[in-house]
Amino acid sequence: MENFLHDPLFGLTLTIGAYALARGIQTRLPWLHPILSSSAIILIVLALVRFPIADFQGEVGLLTSLLGPATVALGVPIYKHRKLIRERLKTISVSVLAGSITGIVSAGLLVYVTRGSHEVLLSILPKSVSSPIGIEISRSLGGTPELSVMFSVVTGVLGGVLGPAFLYRLGLRDPVSFGLAMGSAAHGFGTARSLQESETAGSFSALGMGLSGIVTSLLFVPIYLWIG
Amino acid sequence: MRGFAILLGFSLAGVLLHDALHLPLPGNVIGLLLFLAALFGKVVKLEWVEQAANLLTGHLLLFFIPYVIGAAALIPFLGNNAVSIAVGIVGSTFAVLWVTGTVAKKTQPKQKEVAQDGKLSA
Repeated sequence: MENFLHDPLFGLTLTIGAYALARGIQTRLPWLHPILSSSAIILIVLALVRFPIADFQGEVGLLTSLLGPATVALGVPIYKHRKLIRERLKTISVSVLAGSITGIVSAGLLVYVTRGSHEVLLSILPKSVSSPIGIEISRSLGGTPELSVMFSVVTGVLGGVLGPAFLYRLGLRDPVSFGLAMGSAAHGFGTARSLQESETAGSFSALGMGLSGIVTSLLFVPIYLWIG
Repeated sequence: MRGFAILLGFSLAGVLLHDALHLPLPGNVIGLLLFLAALFGKVVKLEWVEQAANLLTGHLLLFFIPYVIGAAALIPFLGNNAVSIAVGIVGSTFAVLWVTGTVAKKTQPKQKEVAQDGKLSA
């Protein structure tokens, strides 16, 4: 009876089912972000069938593998908006650089003043970039990659869920500023949310995500040398 | 299916390059850069990949769900550091949103309102 829980179809059905349900709920309750409702549904079902949540990610390898081609696919909106991107090259580079520095410095300072452990401090520095980049940076710094993945995911969820309302309140509604901010602050989660806003915002978010990943990786090179 | 095959191929090429050359960027991002180069170089035509790409990007969130569940599993182990982590993540996330968005707005040519395109249906 319990065997079906370890069939790859169980995790796949549960995840896609919860996602489809969450998208349906979103049309009724637009304030409830589908990443929150779908995760809640999955956590409840896993608790009901007593499946250890730490093992779940390994059960849905197909979906995590598809993140690869899905990231590559972001090239399409970028390519389609190449004209506007070319016109805004200065804006893109300056804002992403400023955002990347802000991300590292503010995370480090806040953990330092609230007396977080050294391990947490090193692991939180790359939190604005998507987890595959964060893992590499964290490992090179001597942080804990598992913690970095978690910080990066929590950052993504937070930015994806609350970011749009925050940016709207600041009057940053144009798709260029909105997309760059969402992609730099909340990587793939921010980009997924920006694509729902408009294709232009989505393509600038994808750019912000990719470039901040590159810039952040490069900014850490002098830090490695300094730590020795 | 041609579109999916092309996107998978670039993703795999990115991972292979990452492993072979030990580049400091993840395979996904290298794959994205290669794919952009192929689009700009007209090696890959937009219409070959557009449908598959729209399907994947329209449901980008789906592929993150396993990571959220993985992160949720770690929350009970944070202990004493939980407050510090929460302050760091919340403060820093809003700081990045604010700085990036504000710098982007200030450095743009005076708005001749970028035309909003239609919402992507997903």
